[in-house]
Amino acid sequence: MLKIKCPYCGYRNESEFSCGGEAHIARPAVSNKITDSAFCEYLFMRENPKGVFLERWCHTSGCRRWFNIARDTVSHEIYEIYLMGNTPKTVKGKKAYQANWRRTSKAEAASKTPKRTKK
Amino acid sequence: MAKSDLDRGSRAFTRKLKRYSIFSIARHAGNYHQEWQQAWSHAEPKTAYDAVIIGGGGHGLATAYYLANIYGMTNIALIEKGWLGGGNTGRNTTIIRSNYMWDESAAIYEHALKLWEGLSQDLNFNVMFSQRGVLTISHSEHELREMSRRVHAIRLNGIDSDMLSPAAIKKLVPMINIEPNIRYPVLGGFLQKRAGTARHDAVAWGYARAADELGVDIIQNCEVVGLRRNKDKIIGIETTKGNIKTPKVGCVVAGHSSVLADMANIKLPIASRPLQAIVSEPIKPILDTVIMSNAVHMYISQSDKGEMVLGAGVDKYNSYAQTGSWPIPEHMVAAAVDLFPFLSQLRMLRQWGGIVDICPDASPIISKTDIRGLYFNCGWGTGGFKATPGSGHIFADLIANDRPNSIALPYSLKRFETGFLIDEHGAAGVAH
Repeated sequence: MLKIKCPYCGYRNESEFSCGGEAHIARPAVSNKITDSAFCEYLFMRENPKGVFLERWCHTSGCRRWFNIARDTVSHEIYEIYLMGNTPKTVKGKKAYQANWRRTSKAEAASKTPKRTKK
Repeated sequence: MAKSDLDRGSRAFTRKLKRYSIFSIARHAGNYHQEWQQAWSHAEPKTAYDAVIIGGGGHGLATAYYLANIYGMTNIALIEKGWLGGGNTGRNTTIIRSNYMWDESAAIYEHALKLWEGLSQDLNFNVMFSQRGVLTISHSEHELREMSRRVHAIRLNGIDSDMLSPAAIKKLVPMINIEPNIRYPVLGGFLQKRAGTARHDAVAWGYARAADELGVDIIQNCEVVGLRRNKDKIIGIETTKGNIKTPKVGCVVAGHSSVLADMANIKLPIASRPLQAIVSEPIKPILDTVIMSNAVHMYISQSDKGEMVLGAGVDKYNSYAQTGSWPIPEHMVAAAVDLFPFLSQLRMLRQWGGIVDICPDASPIISKTDIRGLYFNCGWGTGGFKATPGSGHIFADLIANDRPNSIALPYSLKRFETGFLIDEHGAAGVAH
């Protein structure tokens, strides 16, 4: 049983939480302009590493708030727990974040609101 | 539903001496069974092959066997990083059925079931396929109505499936309690009589022996560490036992599919999760049917050794550790005791977890990729064992002909772009 430290409630048993899968997937803002294959990467394709994995968790039977975990999928060791909207701070977490193919994907590029240009 | 072409092949075991039969048992009894031939040889990799199959589980071994037997590709190798059948093939609850609702699923699982029906003869190896029937029970009016809709769809595809009343269920499974005033009353159920179980290890061993007989090199303890490409074409693989040149690579590695896909720089929609099962201490025969319940969330059968085999849903987070998390077995046993209170007196003997490859639509991927000569057969998730012969048969066809046949076509990786998903989350018998 994992002991997970909810950033809001402290240490609780794994059975109080639910896992929401891969973290840091940004929805394309201009989805009508990207191709089906780029949208498919956002919607269906998933990072599924054997090693450090960044994932979202929810304290379902507690405060019901979401947060992120950097966890090893082989040893189940939790390296880091950080809030939604943040990126990982540990070396392993940072590396996993940068190494993800999503950082350079068309879907993620399309998730950023384009800067306004002067007319 | 597409008519399936059931070419089982007829090349294996032409040499009568190596065949297993009642006469060979009698002959070997004379020397106390000391001189049985080795079932398959342990090969070392050659430098080049016509095709390489990665993954020595049931699906991979079946693929290699059908490639050699039907398509005559005997200069092929099967690479396994551990031992044969040591992954999910040896870690499931051995249930076989084809009662799926969508046409695409009905086609592939029924194709597999037809192959199961003659498999022991085809392989000359007793896989102990027992068509004991799979009974799915329902505990509410709504579930019963949905079940009846499903049963009619299944029957339209020509697959046997019958609705049963509580009285008929009691007749089939005398130990079940059909009182209406219990926590989970049995309101009805549906039975596929041709469904059943098989001996999982025997499936791997039978395919390995038959493939070896046809000249397939079965290489164990050999891990693939890289895939070699020349632009968009596969040219070979790198393994812990050296490099192998080959124009065709078939990946059948279940939970590790994403790891291989990473080597080829392609993306898969797969999540690797542990699926756990438990067996109890052996008891006298009490259950000769497989029983599944979606509402109570478990499935149970009794093995030939007398152990009660229990299974439930997948773990809730990704993992490559073949153990699983503890709340799951607790839930599994609680559900089983809800349904069969006498189980609370049994001691549990073993628990295990296999890493299953789950697709967003709970249907497999049998597909070519953007890289020429690289094929993937994965995403079977929680229900791969039942499809073993069909999966291998169809995947061999895809590799040999380099185009999907009518059964494989809907299972292309492209379906996640086109949106033609085959949503079978409801078909698992229990929610995963």
